[in-house]
Amino acid sequence: MSHECCEGVRGLRFSRRYFLKRGGVALVGMSAMPAFLQRAAAATAMPNKKQLVVLFQRGAADGLNIVVPFSEPNYYRLRPTIAIPQPRRGGSDAAIDLDGYFGLHPSLAPLQPLFHKDQLAIVHAAGSPDPTRSHFDAQDFMESGTPGVKATEDGWLNRAMEAAPEENASPFRAVAMGPNLPRMLHGSASAIALPDLRQFKVMPQAASMAATVQGGFEAMYAQTVDSALHGTGTETFEAIDMLRKVDPGKYAPEHGAQYPTSRLGQSLQQMGELLKANIGVEVLFVDCSGWDNHVNEGGVQGQLSNLLRDLGQGLAAFHQDMGDRMQDIVVVTMSEFGRTAKENGNRGTDHGHANCMFVMGGDVKGGRVYGAWPGLAEQQLNEGRDLALTTDFRLVLGEILSKHNGVSDLNAVFPGFENNPHKFAGLIRS
Amino acid sequence: MRVATRPAGPLQLRTSAKSFLSVFLSVAFVFPAGIAWPATFMESVPARDDGHGSALPLPKDKKTKQDAALKGLPITELSADEAIRHALNRLAYGPRPGDVERVRQMGLAKWIEQQLNPNGIEDRAAEARLQQLPTLRMSNAKLLAEYPQPKQQAKQLAAREARQEQSPQRPGDAQSAKSDWDGQGAAEQTAGVGTAEGMKDDGDATASMKQEPVAENTATRGLGKRDLLGGGDPNEVPRAIADDSKRPQRVVEELAMAKITRAIYSERQLQQVMDDFWFNHFNVFAAKGADRWYLTSYERDAIQPHTLGKFKDLLTATAKSPAMLFYLDNFLSTDPRAAARMAAQRAARQYRRGGFGRPWPARAQQQQGKKNVRGLNENYGRELMELHTLGVDGGYTQKDVTEVARCFTGWTIDKPREFGVFKFDERMHDPDPKMVLGKKIHAGGMKDGEQVIELLARHPSTAKFISTKLARRFVSDTPPQALVERMAKTFESSDGDIRAVLKTMIYSPEFWSREAYRAKIKTPFELVVSTARALGADVDTAMPLVQWTGRIGEPLYQCQPPTGYADKSDAWVNTGALLNRLNYSLALAENKVRGSRSDVGSLLGGEAEGDAKAALNQAVQVFLGGQTGAGTVETLEKELDSPQILQAKLDDPVKKVDLGVVAGLVLGAPEFQRR
Repeated sequence: MSHECCEGVRGLRFSRRYFLKRGGVALVGMSAMPAFLQRAAAATAMPNKKQLVVLFQRGAADGLNIVVPFSEPNYYRLRPTIAIPQPRRGGSDAAIDLDGYFGLHPSLAPLQPLFHKDQLAIVHAAGSPDPTRSHFDAQDFMESGTPGVKATEDGWLNRAMEAAPEENASPFRAVAMGPNLPRMLHGSASAIALPDLRQFKVMPQAASMAATVQGGFEAMYAQTVDSALHGTGTETFEAIDMLRKVDPGKYAPEHGAQYPTSRLGQSLQQMGELLKANIGVEVLFVDCSGWDNHVNEGGVQGQLSNLLRDLGQGLAAFHQDMGDRMQDIVVVTMSEFGRTAKENGNRGTDHGHANCMFVMGGDVKGGRVYGAWPGLAEQQLNEGRDLALTTDFRLVLGEILSKHNGVSDLNAVFPGFENNPHKFAGLIRS
Repeated sequence: MRVATRPAGPLQLRTSAKSFLSVFLSVAFVFPAGIAWPATFMESVPARDDGHGSALPLPKDKKTKQDAALKGLPITELSADEAIRHALNRLAYGPRPGDVERVRQMGLAKWIEQQLNPNGIEDRAAEARLQQLPTLRMSNAKLLAEYPQPKQQAKQLAAREARQEQSPQRPGDAQSAKSDWDGQGAAEQTAGVGTAEGMKDDGDATASMKQEPVAENTATRGLGKRDLLGGGDPNEVPRAIADDSKRPQRVVEELAMAKITRAIYSERQLQQVMDDFWFNHFNVFAAKGADRWYLTSYERDAIQPHTLGKFKDLLTATAKSPAMLFYLDNFLSTDPRAAARMAAQRAARQYRRGGFGRPWPARAQQQQGKKNVRGLNENYGRELMELHTLGVDGGYTQKDVTEVARCFTGWTIDKPREFGVFKFDERMHDPDPKMVLGKKIHAGGMKDGEQVIELLARHPSTAKFISTKLARRFVSDTPPQALVERMAKTFESSDGDIRAVLKTMIYSPEFWSREAYRAKIKTPFELVVSTARALGADVDTAMPLVQWTGRIGEPLYQCQPPTGYADKSDAWVNTGALLNRLNYSLALAENKVRGSRSDVGSLLGGEAEGDAKAALNQAVQVFLGGQTGAGTVETLEKELDSPQILQAKLDDPVKKVDLGVVAGLVLGAPEFQRR
């Protein structure tokens, strides 16, 4: 438990892996702390990597009411009861003008300054080209990254990590906030699901026993000849120890950021904690749901508005909390498909096609709505009913991965899709 | 990412068969008869007679005379104790206290024979525990009626149905139903890979706002109170225990509780294992639309009756099940020319009735306007061959997929939201001849599909594919090829008799090889159930165990893709999951899991309470059969050497060993993660 024993190693330039290899033998019978400090010392020496945050809006968000084409008369014709009014000076119950053509839903007001500070870009009419209107299939395709191909076993985000393999990867290299790994993170690169930072520890009934119990487990897994369990055990206890250093119970957001108390808000806050802890996080995933508004979707107020308030406040708080760190972070949102351009008979919308994606961060050339706008006239709609698709989501992700995260082999990430850099929208600084 | 210190190989064992027997006799004598040691304890103590474990010499003496308990089985590399534990871990969900001894006395071969013929096994105790779950016995129609979709969705559906009922059902109806379900699908299909958000009220988008928990538990923060299957905090479940709210998600909750309950308590253990195997093979995702109501009948009527029967019957039952028809979209699949055909028929009828001037084609035109309204859906055709029968390399082409899909057009669901029963709709069916795997299919009507089932069930690729999957489940992640071939041969010669194939496997030396021993990582479900069995836990309500299963990574009935959950170790060994495994072992052993109780004290014996080392040694005997990797016990002894272990209860004047912690530690050992 003593700190002295670590003084000697702190300055050394051994890799974390070195300690893992040596530690398996050296640690027998010792308590967990020295190992953790050794590893932590090595971990902080890791190069400062760029980080990617993926936010999935499950249920198909209504992109046309999120980023409103207020200059299109067709928009108002198609949505007589749920349309967001055109921007007007001082009006808080109308679209927030972005570029004279598109406007943000008023509940996304917290994102307006980020857009105008060029920190936020929007890609409209984007999404998966597969025509399916099944949430089930569409989410599957967007997560596998191979629309139309069901046999893909792993997810694009995992392949992205594989495409930029890392010798000394932290156990926190890829983290999904929630009880399970999303499809997107399935694959051979290691990734963890974290339902709650505060619960990521060994939890015997008596807290006083925690060190003893963890020591017991740790020693058993350090000793086992079971290669699969040995490695994972080592990573697990390393992660626990690294997280203990973070002391997640005591987190205070910076720069006056206030995260919403919703699940999404709390997840974003915990992502902020992880990033600030400098424990080698590169990829973060969070999802939020409730977007499938077939009935009473609402306009300026209502169901969609509530969801967007949460989303807008959450993203803005994250941006604020991260401060200068946003230089290394890109946040991207996606949803399995958009919704019908025309509202249905229940003041809601049905399953559609193209949608909008948000891209936020220091590397982003924000302040613009990207993507060719297909229009909402009858003949411009996909199958006569939905916003047509002009940007494949893989092109947006491909640009982020290659320019921000330095992934060179995009074919490995999105097999069967030609991710030609000439086609990139140019939304990331190179 | 993983550090491999040594190549995986057989664990170093601390006992040998020879020493085991001899010491068993001597130690059994030493123990005074007056002490009521649990049978398991008695039976397993000798293996660790040396207390501190100066590890005994390793090599197994293969010439050792076979134990009488193993008579009739090709077991040469495992000791009797190992072989019995192996059988209990593979053909059952792990030993309960006393099981090893019971099987030993009965003879292993006889126990296996009984398990292969489950109907002869008395199982009333387990059945009694299922009585409190009423949905298990309901039909699809009854579940649909009694556990309806709440609120507006229902209204919306009613309106649409009213519209439909103005005309007799036509092929397009299925599509309308589909979009209805998809509409409802909503939040549910957010399930990702099973965040049980999927099981919450769907179609109610306000839910995510309304459900902000008031007094949040940190583990379930914001997950919504209904995050039950996917692994919210298992201790946060009071409402799940006696739930008569008639929410649709209750149906799947009861199904999951029943699965856990049967796996722990049923005496027909092999049947439960096979139920899990086949359900996973023919996976259906509970959160896809109407499947939440269909799964109960699916498992009860399509899977369970055939788990040890003929593969063809199983395949037919799943093909006709509304659950599979819905899940893989076949209920929508229609001959693309059906609309034109029907319009022509209508026209002819109306012509005969003198209905000139009526806008007869209007309806058909409307329908054609809606894209994808009807047409061939290849989803089932593809998965039928790729996942259910031939395997991805089983020798079929894209053309075969299309042709199979054509054969199954018209296999649909009668009133998906009201009856939810199988129906063959001739009008949706493609009447022309098809070619499947080089064979002409032109039987007409429903027979087309039935012939395809026949063809696929008897195909050599199917025999091989199913045998491989079975061997992977029961023997090892990479089963010996010779064994698989023997099993496939039996499959072919027995016309796909699953019991016969299993028998071939069990009566093969490969099944009992040293290499296969503890070669499989337990799935989360197996871990949860086997821990409860090892502790002899009394599980009053299984919901918290259902949640733990989800938390460890296998939300029950919530595997989204048709592949089912993986049956290889790398799918289950990851950081977050391992931590949850350890915490589950601790929680269950410390009686921290709501609705479950176990008595570790009586399992480990009286001496354990006063001596941490004795407690540890006994826990290793009871839970691991005395077999741990070299050094585990010494390591744990050192950890437990701290006075902490005795001070767990500070107010207790007599220091007692915290037996729950000791048991939890041993159940969390690497050896217990394997079966």
